[in-house]
Amino acid sequence: MRVQRWTGTSRAFTGATIAIAALLGTVPLLFEADVVQRLTNLLILVLLAAMWNALAGYGGLLSVGQQAFIGIGAYGTVFFAGLGVSPYPAMLLATLVAGVISVPISLFALRLRAAQFAIGMWVIAEVISILVRLDQNLGAGTGISLIQLNQYAPNFRQAYTFWLALGFTVIFLSALFFLLRSPLGVSLQAIRDDEDAARSLGVHVAARKRLLFVLAGFGCGAAGVLIGANTLFIEPGSIFSVQWSAYMIFMVLVGGLGTFEGPILGAILLFGIQTTFTQGGPWYLVGLGATAALFALALPRGIWGTIEERLGLRLLPVGYRVVEMKSEERTV
Amino acid sequence: MTIVNAVVQGIFLGAFYAVLACGLSIMFGVMRVINLAHGDIAVLGAYVVFVIVQSTGMSPLVAFVVALPVMILLGYVLQLTVLERSLKSGILTPLLATFGLSIVIQNLLLISFSPDVRSLGGNAGAITTSSWQVTGGLSVSALGMVILVMAVLLFGALQLFLSSTRAGWMMRATAEDADAAELVGIDSRGVYARATALAVAIAALGGLFLAIRSVFDPVSGPTQLIFAFEAVVIGGMGSLWGTLLGGLALGVAQTLGAHINPEYSALTGHLLFLAVLIVRFGGGRLSLRMAR
Amino acid sequence: MTLLRVEELDCRYGLLQAVRGVSFELAQGETLALIGANGAGKSTLLRAIAGAHRPHGGRVLFDGVDVTSMPAHRRVSLGIALVPEGRRLFPSLTVEENLRVAAARRGRWNVQSVLEVFPLLQPRRHMAAANLSGGEQQAVAIGRALMSNPRLLLLDEVSLGLAPIVVDAVYRSLADIIKEGTTVLLVEQDLTRALNVAGRVICMLEGRIVLEGEAASLDRDRVVGAYFGLKQPA
Repeated sequence: MRVQRWTGTSRAFTGATIAIAALLGTVPLLFEADVVQRLTNLLILVLLAAMWNALAGYGGLLSVGQQAFIGIGAYGTVFFAGLGVSPYPAMLLATLVAGVISVPISLFALRLRAAQFAIGMWVIAEVISILVRLDQNLGAGTGISLIQLNQYAPNFRQAYTFWLALGFTVIFLSALFFLLRSPLGVSLQAIRDDEDAARSLGVHVAARKRLLFVLAGFGCGAAGVLIGANTLFIEPGSIFSVQWSAYMIFMVLVGGLGTFEGPILGAILLFGIQTTFTQGGPWYLVGLGATAALFALALPRGIWGTIEERLGLRLLPVGYRVVEMKSEERTV
Repeated sequence: MTIVNAVVQGIFLGAFYAVLACGLSIMFGVMRVINLAHGDIAVLGAYVVFVIVQSTGMSPLVAFVVALPVMILLGYVLQLTVLERSLKSGILTPLLATFGLSIVIQNLLLISFSPDVRSLGGNAGAITTSSWQVTGGLSVSALGMVILVMAVLLFGALQLFLSSTRAGWMMRATAEDADAAELVGIDSRGVYARATALAVAIAALGGLFLAIRSVFDPVSGPTQLIFAFEAVVIGGMGSLWGTLLGGLALGVAQTLGAHINPEYSALTGHLLFLAVLIVRFGGGRLSLRMAR
Repeated sequence: MTLLRVEELDCRYGLLQAVRGVSFELAQGETLALIGANGAGKSTLLRAIAGAHRPHGGRVLFDGVDVTSMPAHRRVSLGIALVPEGRRLFPSLTVEENLRVAAARRGRWNVQSVLEVFPLLQPRRHMAAANLSGGEQQAVAIGRALMSNPRLLLLDEVSLGLAPIVVDAVYRSLADIIKEGTTVLLVEQDLTRALNVAGRVICMLEGRIVLEGEAASLDRDRVVGAYFGLKQPA
């Protein structure tokens, strides 16, 4: 047997990804502000799905509390802008804060397993949400506008926000991609496959999970920043809502848990559903919940994982694949 | 004296949390599964009782007895359709599947009953209004006493069931070693289904108490789940009496917090839960370094 | 009369094949010992017969009924009971509860008669199984299997981890049980004990049966050879 990393398709696809990113960069120059706003939403979904997948798909960490970081990102922007920092630098600062806060949270959250971690994270999000509600300067329970963004003309504001979203998405997805392709990625997959076995082989499980957790903290913080900038108004009830976790779980499960491409596909699907059923409503959420549960039970590898398995197709080369050798290469 | 009152009210509140948490504790104890739709099932139970009360004019307690077979059946169906499949495929699958179920239940309730806030307090008669003024600062409500007594009776009955009946031994045997239980002739699938049915029935009792002592709406479930889970963890996961004590501790923490500032109620409960987790599992060393 | 019939049984753990095409028969009232080195597939074979391991291929027939895909608890009600390796008692249950919880079929065995065969358990009756000594736990494990009044008793390494004097006591009780007419299939590492207690012996090597015969007629050297997979002199 022989171990392979780059395949022809994969190399082409990596190039294509760069091309797509460059192409997307021209979107604000070509389209109306409302289209740009919607595509910003798509990028936010991609980012969220990729980060949740980093936790659950590669770290085995099922979080129902990533909205904590989304909220920190959004409210952090308001906080720094309130201090007089120019809005876009305030967004970068807020992202940084979300990432930094994830370090002390990880110290204790990563001690928990399965349901304890899932609900523990949820409670942490609730606590942060309550603290925000108690702060009059952040608008308490009623919410607050990002008035500082009004200094830009709407078209420019939307374009800047889109480019920021594109930048964040490319940075965090690349970070995850190179993390998974590094020697670390191999041990991460070992952890995902069998945590106890990986630990017994000397893999430093906690440090590797922490890396994913902090990456996801940064990424979800960035998504929160973008949500705030894209909607211009935030309130604790919706920004800290567990619904974000529901969306992330849906996108990742349907797209393909533990595959790099799956969550992107899941985000596009959710975006399509949201665009089709613009009025939203409970039936749409019934559908999302039921679909997520069905995928968890019946198709745990999601759409992309199943395609990969059936066709042996792999676009973005993360991790390794074992290739059966031709008979003359066989030694045993 | 008002502190004493806060503690007493906290015990009453905690008895309610203990009932909510009881089913969660049973399912974790027997199957090592946390049902993330547990709170929504409790709220569903409240709606079933609500519908019966609305259409027949029965007292909520009688309506609960009528609703019980429905909830038990629901428990069996839940086990056989969702949980049994998910139990076979790793620890994350039951969480994912029940989280999806939770969203489904909440939104089906929204569709059927609108987002309006409801209560059964007005239908329960005198117990919701009567109370004894013990001293100036301390009053004991009849409803609080009823819930406390019923919680203690419930946990006592479960203890008796698990320690002295053959069905109870079968449940404990399956919880401790499901393979060995099969080998001595115990149908573990049946035991799991019975445990889930029991848990769902008790969740519905929690839903009844929720509906009588305060208000509920279609999205009340997640909050009930969080409080129930906090009670289970504070009491030490998998221990039945621990769950009762955990519920009481959570209730007292919340009322003491509310005593300082009404907005701190949920916060102090969450902080107690997080503190218990930190004490039990300790803080991790900060190790971002990658070297082995 | 044939009570148990195993046909071409294949058992796998993932890619590892533990039992390969094993076939044999066991008559009512017979005592058969399965011997072989560690990893020969003996325990897996017992677990497959009891229903604790789903075989990959082949059939298990009990009293003429195909039980291959029947769950373990239903096989117990037909009369198959396994004393698993490592005893696997329910630790928080008392001795008596461990016994009573297993009473799937009525018959000669009940709490009273089990305690008569294992008198050492009498004073431990209301003690949690977790607090028993190894020998006592083994006695409870065998007693628990008897409580279902099995027609076929499967015993997996009952002497493992026990002091020799305790093993003697366990085998004395076993001899009584065999005298009652229960059909017994046991896995035993100790060759001498296996040859003493069993009427017939099957030796397994790497998942296959390599030697089968009456215990009395088997030459010890041949058994040892088969056990270790040595080439047999023609």
